[in-house]
Amino acid sequence: MDVYFFLAKAVIILLIFGITLLIATYSTYAERKVAAFIQDRLGPNRAGPWGLLQPIADAGKMFFKEDFIPANASKWLFIAGPSLAMLTACLTSCVIPFGGTLDLSFLGISELVPVQGIDVNIGILYVFGLVSLGVYGVMIGGWASNNKFSLLGAIRAASQNISYELAMSLSIIAIIMMTGSLSISQIVADQDSFYKWNVWRQPVGFIIFLVCAFAECNRTPFDLPECETELIGGYHTEYSSMKLGFYLFAEYINMFVSSAVISALYFGGYHFPGESLVAGLMPAGALGHNLLTLMGILVFFGKILFFIFFFMWVRWTIARFRYDQLMNLGWKSLIPLSIANILVTGVIILFLNS
Amino acid sequence: MVLNLFYFLSFLAILSAIMVVVSKNPIHSVLYLILTFFTLSGHYFTLNAQFIGVVNLIVYAGAIMVLFLFTIMFLNLKDDAFTGSRVWFNLSAVLLVLVFAGILVVKIIPAQIGVASEMEFNSQIGMVENLGTTLFQHFLVPFELVSVLFLSAMVGAVMLGRREKGEKNF
Repeated sequence: MDVYFFLAKAVIILLIFGITLLIATYSTYAERKVAAFIQDRLGPNRAGPWGLLQPIADAGKMFFKEDFIPANASKWLFIAGPSLAMLTACLTSCVIPFGGTLDLSFLGISELVPVQGIDVNIGILYVFGLVSLGVYGVMIGGWASNNKFSLLGAIRAASQNISYELAMSLSIIAIIMMTGSLSISQIVADQDSFYKWNVWRQPVGFIIFLVCAFAECNRTPFDLPECETELIGGYHTEYSSMKLGFYLFAEYINMFVSSAVISALYFGGYHFPGESLVAGLMPAGALGHNLLTLMGILVFFGKILFFIFFFMWVRWTIARFRYDQLMNLGWKSLIPLSIANILVTGVIILFLNS
Repeated sequence: MVLNLFYFLSFLAILSAIMVVVSKNPIHSVLYLILTFFTLSGHYFTLNAQFIGVVNLIVYAGAIMVLFLFTIMFLNLKDDAFTGSRVWFNLSAVLLVLVFAGILVVKIIPAQIGVASEMEFNSQIGMVENLGTTLFQHFLVPFELVSVLFLSAMVGAVMLGRREKGEKNF
């Protein structure tokens, strides 16, 4: 543990942060392109080649709009809402392992540097803690707006998040039981070959987790907190300018983080099929090790991008649930299903170990 | 460094706890209470008890306080919503505080709290593996009994919220 190790860590954390923001920015572009593709349109194509500068144009527009705070709104909480949404969204990516380890011995760092912000032994709980705090941004913003539609949106968001958080954590317990660790890097390390990916060992848990991830991100078909047809804009009805931008942007960051968590927990993270074969072909020493890690990072981002695409695909395909359908699905289907999944997993683990 | 952090967290905890009581607006009270839970979690982290710290955040700040906030938002309390006798309210509050302070002074402060020796103290005691071993081996029966208690409370809550026969809510 020397200064260089911390410097390398700092660079990795900054890179992860920057890439998170970059991917979230271009998700807004991708979303519109995917929507256009599905609806047989062209999508944004005016700003820059293929419309690639569209997110920057959007951000510029957001910044220069009038920043309006309603007269009867609670001013500080009105500002705190989007800030909290953005803060909790940005904090999550630091425990996700984006790759294996880097051998930086040419810089004089004796130990291998993992491509991960911090490796805490409660990694997955850290993610859940932030997910459960994420709802405060929406709730505070919705309440502070002093508007019935915003309040209804905030209340919907709160009840939806609480309901689906339960099923989400229960579906994770089966994985934790199999791995025997709460650390995400341990869970990823446990899936080092293709047939050991958790999606094969925990198919039911995966489906529950995926559905809950959609609900936690407030994405269609669970976008009831902001559904335009019933609540105008839900919790962000009163917001304008970059405050609105932060709410929308936080949703895309959450989408990126959920995709990363799904890939890490169920799709082997930075492992890919035929990894040992590729490892044999690599040159020996630090170069080969780093090249393999780099490939792992690229594969991991490939998986993340696929899931971001999946989020968008679902959004432009499936209609919104009605509110009682949402609650019935959460409490009467997903929670009993995930408890049954835990029981079955426990019995199988006991059977295999005895 | 850790000591400074301790003083900072304690100061913030006490300040926000006082603000919970002093705030006129119930929503602000709830938000200060959430801040208090954060500072307490910070204390757990400095004690190297990461698991308890995060669980405190998930359960209290993340779930229970969301429900509090939820209910208070629904009720939309005004300042003049309180319709009891002010005198009796204040009197009973003072009495309660005095009783609690009395217990604190008479019983808790003189109590001999064991001080861990620096040589023998196991700094890993708060890690999740050690906590699991302690709970599921040394305190298995009380732990299971507590979970039965929670289960009965949950069943009771579901019973109270159940729709009666022929009653239509929405």
